[in-house]
Amino acid sequence: MIVAEGLEKSYTSGGRPLPVLRRIDLEVPPEAFLSIVGPSGSGKTTLLGLLAGLDEPSAGRVLLDGQDIFALTEDGRAEFRAQKVGFVFQTFHLLPTLTALENVLVPLELRGEYDGARARAEALLARVGLGERTDHYPAQLSGGEQQRVALARAFVNRPKILFADEPTGNLDRETGASIVAMLEELNRDAKTTLVLVTHDPSLAERAHRVISLSGGRIASDRPGSATAAMVGASR
Amino acid sequence: MKPRLRPRFAWRLAVRELRHGFRRVGVYMASITLGVGALVSIHSFRDDVARSVQEEADVLMGANARLADDAPLSAEVMSVLDSLSASGAGVARVTTATSMVFAPASNMVRLLQVRALDEGYPFYGEISTAPAGRWGRHLQPGQVLVDPAVLTQLAVEVGDTLVVGLTRLEIAGTVDDLPTDLAYQTAIGPRVHVSQATLAESELLVIGSLARYEAFLRIPDIEERRTLRERYDSIFDAADVDYTLAEEQAQSLSNGVRFLGRFLGLVGLGALLLGGVGVASAIHVYIREKRASIAVLRCLGAHQGTAFAAYLLQAGLLGLLGALGGVVLGLVVQAAMPTLLADVLPVDVTTRISLTSAAAGLGIGVWVALIFALIPLLGVRDVPPLAALRQDVEPHRRRWDPLRLGVYTLAAGSVVLLCVIEAPEPEVGFGFAGALAVASLLVAGTAWLLTQAARRWFPSGAPYPVRQGVSNLFRPQNQTMSVTLALGFGAFVIGTIVEVGGSIRDELTLSFGVGQPNVLLFDVQPDQVDGVLALMPDSARPSADVTPLVTSRIAAINGQTPDELRENPDREERPEGWAVRREYRNTYRPFIGPAESLVRGRWWDGTPGSEDDTAIDSGDLPGVSLEEDVAVSLRVGLGDTITWEVSGIEVPSVVMSLRRVDWERMEPNFFAVLEPGSLDGAPQTIVMVARVPDAAERAALQRDLVGRFPNVSALDFSRVQEAIDTVLSRVRQAVAFLGVFSGIAGVIVLLGALATSRMQRLREGALLKTLGARRRQVLTVLLSEYVALGTVATASGLLLAIGGAAIVVPTVFEMEYAPRLGALALIWGVVVALTVVVGLLGSRDLLNRAPLPVLREAPE
Repeated sequence: MIVAEGLEKSYTSGGRPLPVLRRIDLEVPPEAFLSIVGPSGSGKTTLLGLLAGLDEPSAGRVLLDGQDIFALTEDGRAEFRAQKVGFVFQTFHLLPTLTALENVLVPLELRGEYDGARARAEALLARVGLGERTDHYPAQLSGGEQQRVALARAFVNRPKILFADEPTGNLDRETGASIVAMLEELNRDAKTTLVLVTHDPSLAERAHRVISLSGGRIASDRPGSATAAMVGASR
Repeated sequence: MKPRLRPRFAWRLAVRELRHGFRRVGVYMASITLGVGALVSIHSFRDDVARSVQEEADVLMGANARLADDAPLSAEVMSVLDSLSASGAGVARVTTATSMVFAPASNMVRLLQVRALDEGYPFYGEISTAPAGRWGRHLQPGQVLVDPAVLTQLAVEVGDTLVVGLTRLEIAGTVDDLPTDLAYQTAIGPRVHVSQATLAESELLVIGSLARYEAFLRIPDIEERRTLRERYDSIFDAADVDYTLAEEQAQSLSNGVRFLGRFLGLVGLGALLLGGVGVASAIHVYIREKRASIAVLRCLGAHQGTAFAAYLLQAGLLGLLGALGGVVLGLVVQAAMPTLLADVLPVDVTTRISLTSAAAGLGIGVWVALIFALIPLLGVRDVPPLAALRQDVEPHRRRWDPLRLGVYTLAAGSVVLLCVIEAPEPEVGFGFAGALAVASLLVAGTAWLLTQAARRWFPSGAPYPVRQGVSNLFRPQNQTMSVTLALGFGAFVIGTIVEVGGSIRDELTLSFGVGQPNVLLFDVQPDQVDGVLALMPDSARPSADVTPLVTSRIAAINGQTPDELRENPDREERPEGWAVRREYRNTYRPFIGPAESLVRGRWWDGTPGSEDDTAIDSGDLPGVSLEEDVAVSLRVGLGDTITWEVSGIEVPSVVMSLRRVDWERMEPNFFAVLEPGSLDGAPQTIVMVARVPDAAERAALQRDLVGRFPNVSALDFSRVQEAIDTVLSRVRQAVAFLGVFSGIAGVIVLLGALATSRMQRLREGALLKTLGARRRQVLTVLLSEYVALGTVATASGLLLAIGGAAIVVPTVFEMEYAPRLGALALIWGVVVALTVVVGLLGSRDLLNRAPLPVLREAPE
């Protein structure tokens, strides 16, 4: 589902190249749950941005669902995301001028899907527990509620791949846990490939696979402990 | 994967975002509203006036046609009138003369217009008098009706007596509304209305008196009055009589209204374009605020074009709302205009909603809003999706952006096009667009230089809050440039009015001032000169200048008649028509006048010209000295012969010298001065100029003249100065309209700039408070910023105004220029005070709110 080959990214600083990612090779099978961890500045967000086609690499390529995304124009990549990708952000990034329902509708409308869109968005909002608050604006919702709207938005277009950037980073522990539970549940039901960037070790360990970045390289690539425990238990 | 534009999504997003965006950007739409309002009201009202003038053509003339001449109507013309009258047409003569009118009750004298009317005039229109129903009394012997201004000028009341020439007349009432009046006529010379018989009895009119003779005709049939012209063309032409139809007069009047209206339209357009600057600045800030949302949309798969379209639609919708508001405002103003301007309008104006004007205003408003919004909106394309993950992503800059170039070209082209459409003539439109561009560039450039200078040279020893305030001018995403442009433009316009208008006023005061003649007596008969001199105070008599006036026409130049001269096929040699055909008022005297200098040839006494001292022998013929420019127009030089026709007698003369004349001087000056003795026996009147410094003595002289020499008119220059002041102040008011308009637009832009940078300011204020700043210090920071902003804006506008006046006053008006620092300082003070008040009002919560909630609310 996701293939990264020889992915490199460097920025120019003071006239000299400053490498942020060095030769990343990675393969994530369909329906997998991958988490990316590492200290600040290790290149986590850069990697996520490249995998999602939000930025262009200095070298290497990324295949999403078999499509070399950097062979597409910027607008082509946007269209690709509209069709196959979902996002969850640390700061929720709901459009402040739209209601919860309208925010969830955005990905469908961007694909030109209007028939049944509203019912679908309402159903998803009900599923994340906000069925009664569809007409509220982001400013009228708590952080946890905003992130739940963001989850509904991320899943509404049935993405094949979901990228989540520190989805619990701005939430307290308890709320964060409920968001993660919801994320996992939706992911399981929708059979989505999930890529998660996080600082939170306990959250990272819930993934099937944990990649740890350090200095722009993959320092370790191992199964998540929850999965390991599950695998261990099943043995 | 083929990218797809999603117009439906863009539309939905635009409408949804507008619910919130309106509050943020709505204030800018006010500038579009203001500009469109001005345009629509000016356009609609211009049409109203022009239409009403056309509809009321007969009422405006008081008749269907008019014959007019500067001399008594000839016997031939009178016989035409008699036959018209016999065939059933209405005929009424009107004679208008200027005369001194004396009021015994107040012992005051004024130079007024005396209008003698035949019964029947005006044939159309309602005349309102006070007391009501008195129109017609002026036809009775010993009665006079007067304009209301006469009562105030002479301090008299209805029932009092006026002395007009040799007659004593009782004021029967005032004429409050005569439909034939145009406002400016009565503003300059109030009138008394009498009968033709009274005028004859007064003996005001003697040979050479300045008067206008008209005959008004009532011929309701349009065809009939048109054929009249063809039938009597040769008679009218021979008598030099103007024949004007009511509809022709109305047409030229409504053309004038349209022409003036178009100039005002340019003013409205200027205001609208200034509003466009506000829109550009608003959208710029708005898009910056929307950066995160746009990045998220891009993450979620929105095409660049879809995001761009969504915000373009928003700008268009807001422009539409603003323009709609403007149309409503314009219609309200249009409806109020007839009442507001009742005093200065030529006719009763009926208002009619003009769909064309409304649609044009709407279209232009939306277009200006869109064009100016497009420039900052281009930035939407450059928001990278990565910005949703990272705050610090820089958009990659496009080196060569054909779209941006296209938008700038479109904007510049639109401005020029709108100016050309709006202007009375394309050249004026191009000129206005150019002037607007140059003025904006200069204001912006000066503002930039001033801010740079402040940044570089502002004393580092100044207290911290002051330095902080000044440095706020350069904070990231500051709106300093758009605020200074709008406010500076206002200051520039008002400053220019003060500088140029003030210079003209000063020059006039100087012309009429100390040492200059201040009384002009005209229509003096040769045998009255000694008597008039005797009436003058002793101090004035020696300096009194007595100049004979001989009305003449050119009969021939070097033996060729004017008609023969005009047939010359060679343009270089053919004299100009006006110069050979005009009526000359010549004089004769032995000396060179104080406003003259001899350029070529020699004066009678042998004084040589400064450039050429050729002596001409005129033989037995008298010599003539010509003004140098008229000599060029007549294509004559030294030694040529000009034959003058004076009351039917031909007087040949030889050009002996050419003079240069300073026409701005108060002394009477002439195109042609003849050798003394050459015109002794010719019919003539005398003009006298004197300096009578004491106002009481001037008044006494005027009174005595009325008693002794009723045909003599006296013009007190201080009154002329007042009249010119009145006219100038009207012009100033009209131009000030643009200044005030741009000032209001400036305040709107300022308000918007404050609203859009509110969060940033709140955060800074909260931070300062957290770091221990007291309320007073935060206030000082704000105060310094607004004072600095107001100063930069005003200074750039005023510097430009001074620069403009320094060029315009000497070149266009040929006057000396010195900046009027007091008035400029006042403008500076007002604009700075305005900026500070608006700024502080907009920043109240910055002073009053506790720091913590603010810092929490604004995470960035």
